[in-house]
Amino acid sequence: MLKYTIQRILYMFMVFMIITFMCFILIRMLPPAVLPPGDPHTEVVMMRREALGYNEPYLVQFWLFLKNIVTKWDWGLSEKLYYGQDVWTVFIRKLPPTIIVNLYSIIWSIPVGVGLGIFAALKKNTWVDYFLSTATMVVISVPSFVYAFLIQYIFCFKLQWFPFLMKGGTDYFSLAMLRSLVPPVLSLSFGVIAGFTRTTRAELTEVLTSEFMLLARTKGLTKAQATVRHALRNCFVVIVPAIFGEFIGILGGSLIIEGIFAIPGVGGLTLNAITGLDYNIFMLSTCFYTAIGLAASLVVDISYGFIDPRIRMGSKK
Amino acid sequence: MTYEHIPAEKFAFVQEDKKLRDKALETKARGFFADAMIRFRKNKSSVIASYILLFLVLYAIFVPMFSQYKITDTDSMYVNFPAFVPSVADKGWGILDGARVMDSQNESAMLFWKGIATETGKDPVIAKVNTYATEVKYRGKMVTRYTYDLAVNMYYAMGILYRNFNYAEFQRIQDWQNETGIQVIYPYVEPDDISGIADRPNIWYKCDASGAAILDENGDFIPAYSTYQEKAGAEYNSIRLPNDPGNWVYSTAKAGSVQCRVSYYNYYIYRNGHEPSYLMGTNAMGMDLFSAIGVGARFSILFAIFVSAINLTIGAFYGAVQGYYGGMVDMTLDRISDILSGVPFVVVTTLFQLHLAQKVGVVGSFLFAFVLTGWIGMAALTRKQFYRFKGQEFVMAARTLGASDFRLMFKHIFPNAIGTIITSCALVIPGVISSETSMTYLGIVNLSSFAGTTIGTLLSQGNAAATTAPHAMLWPSVFLGLLMICFNLFGNGLRDAFNPTTRGVDD
Repeated sequence: MLKYTIQRILYMFMVFMIITFMCFILIRMLPPAVLPPGDPHTEVVMMRREALGYNEPYLVQFWLFLKNIVTKWDWGLSEKLYYGQDVWTVFIRKLPPTIIVNLYSIIWSIPVGVGLGIFAALKKNTWVDYFLSTATMVVISVPSFVYAFLIQYIFCFKLQWFPFLMKGGTDYFSLAMLRSLVPPVLSLSFGVIAGFTRTTRAELTEVLTSEFMLLARTKGLTKAQATVRHALRNCFVVIVPAIFGEFIGILGGSLIIEGIFAIPGVGGLTLNAITGLDYNIFMLSTCFYTAIGLAASLVVDISYGFIDPRIRMGSKK
Repeated sequence: MTYEHIPAEKFAFVQEDKKLRDKALETKARGFFADAMIRFRKNKSSVIASYILLFLVLYAIFVPMFSQYKITDTDSMYVNFPAFVPSVADKGWGILDGARVMDSQNESAMLFWKGIATETGKDPVIAKVNTYATEVKYRGKMVTRYTYDLAVNMYYAMGILYRNFNYAEFQRIQDWQNETGIQVIYPYVEPDDISGIADRPNIWYKCDASGAAILDENGDFIPAYSTYQEKAGAEYNSIRLPNDPGNWVYSTAKAGSVQCRVSYYNYYIYRNGHEPSYLMGTNAMGMDLFSAIGVGARFSILFAIFVSAINLTIGAFYGAVQGYYGGMVDMTLDRISDILSGVPFVVVTTLFQLHLAQKVGVVGSFLFAFVLTGWIGMAALTRKQFYRFKGQEFVMAARTLGASDFRLMFKHIFPNAIGTIITSCALVIPGVISSETSMTYLGIVNLSSFAGTTIGTLLSQGNAAATTAPHAMLWPSVFLGLLMICFNLFGNGLRDAFNPTTRGVDD
């Protein structure tokens, strides 16, 4: 298992390096941003470009890029949006709001989603089940910005329960902040809840009809006991890795929701970097999102092996 | 009774001259697809979904085709206006009347609306939604002041606007007026006569400096129309107001042009040849939302089908090679798709836009972005199917007969996998629509110049004014939501019909 884990990590790292390399070259092939003349930072940026080998071959540039990151954790300077500022400092400042919003969202949506899924599976083929399945289907199909709009219009505008946008400042646990976070958290939650409901229901209905459940009932367990001790444990083999994956995913956040509710997070930063053509920020975001995606799939894969002793990955059989 | 010694004459031939045949089948033979269709029809929700889907597709095809508005028809004044159809609005049913509620309208505002109604003959006030009475002390006495929440027809409320025309255009409008009998140009009002107010073209009566009307003893407006013939911009010999004594002036001279007060509603008829009629209202660009949604959806659906077809082809080939050859080939190709699938879609789209948009156009580069990673799911699916079938006896038999690899792959194995692949294609389409909408919503890709508009663009325009004009966000959302739900239900139904073993398993 350990060998398999290490193999996977190394492999993921390799994939990450290749993707970074490809994106790096594609970004450097674009004409560099035109700098405002006369700005005190312009000279600094020009000198930095010289040092980063903007006139050298791409491989040399990539080598310098990697060297700077490994030795000094230096991701370059922002050349447009936050002119002359260090990209990493800007980026790290944007991370907490994203994490907070997503954390709140999954903290309450995973129990709700799993709970609804269990409920639907236990009431299989009743109207409760049909209703939940249809609702799940509908919620998963409709894109998140539609919820965001509905929530913003109904709760923020018509009923005026919550403010329109996220409150400024860094007091992430104050009451006013929590209140202003309700709409984005809600908008993000629908999809997560529906996803978990669907997975749990599908998994649990399958487990509930398997033969060891019959055995459990025949040896005298009540239905509740059998469900909790045997069925749920088995269906968590699928759900828990998904939860881990979801937790990694919170770092990424949502481009759309962050835009709508003015959350000063990485999603908005990435979007601004794209529209404002700030290549260094874009490069960092690319690496960041790639790393998160890979890490999430890695964690999901590996946790399967740790949770379920029947799955022994990497072994010959 | 025994059967040992039966005499030969007891035997008779069953048939001697007739040919022996199997009985003809009484029921028609059912093929794989017919079987699937029967299963599909049993699934009520999928059938309903497919009908709604058909309706939406027909909407996307025909509405832009038969609408009186083209996508380029944008109106600069009717922006984010509510739904309005004149023939329905006249009935007073409270729907499609272009109404928006304006709150706390006091008496002088009521007079303002009345002024518009009196002059243009179209009363903007549809109904009083709420009436509030407040007691205020005015010059030592308690008086009751009323304020109202009004439902106002936004199209009529626009009333009169200032417009500048060159002489030829001014003449053309007059000719058109004579021809149709619809009055566009209204008598001019010099700002000096209405307490110097120069930015409120709807005031045509004596008023104080705040624009509140000064009434005569009967409670009527006192017209303040210009009679300064020397200031007239050009000669006017067309429809005049009924109470015009004949000396009212209908324009004023500006450098090289004339300025007039035009009834925007009638001016709209003059320019477009028909009354404004917006079944779903207008959006932030002044487009007719009803046909704009059709145009956007047409692009989205076509694009999604096109992308899915390409991805299906590439994925099927890739997966076929992977699954058929296995071993090193499989592993190498798997590594490649691993790498490609690791790149976030936003990054792919952006990079393609930056690099290729100049060369192959925005749509082309967007298409490439979808194709770069979109086939991976399809390839994985095909690969799985190939692993399932490639060891089976019919493949072995064909190989023994000397079939080539290509023939084995696409003549013998692939047809067995096609059901699964086709059905997953029906689920890929909504995925593509969703990503495409997100990208255009975020403005990373701007397809407006190519496709006119897209649902994503409409949504982002609607979102900017979501509180004042919720309809501009609502209708595209409803359309997109329905489209996605129906596509997914339809796809699920197809999958269940083609692979009955996986029924009820959502993955």
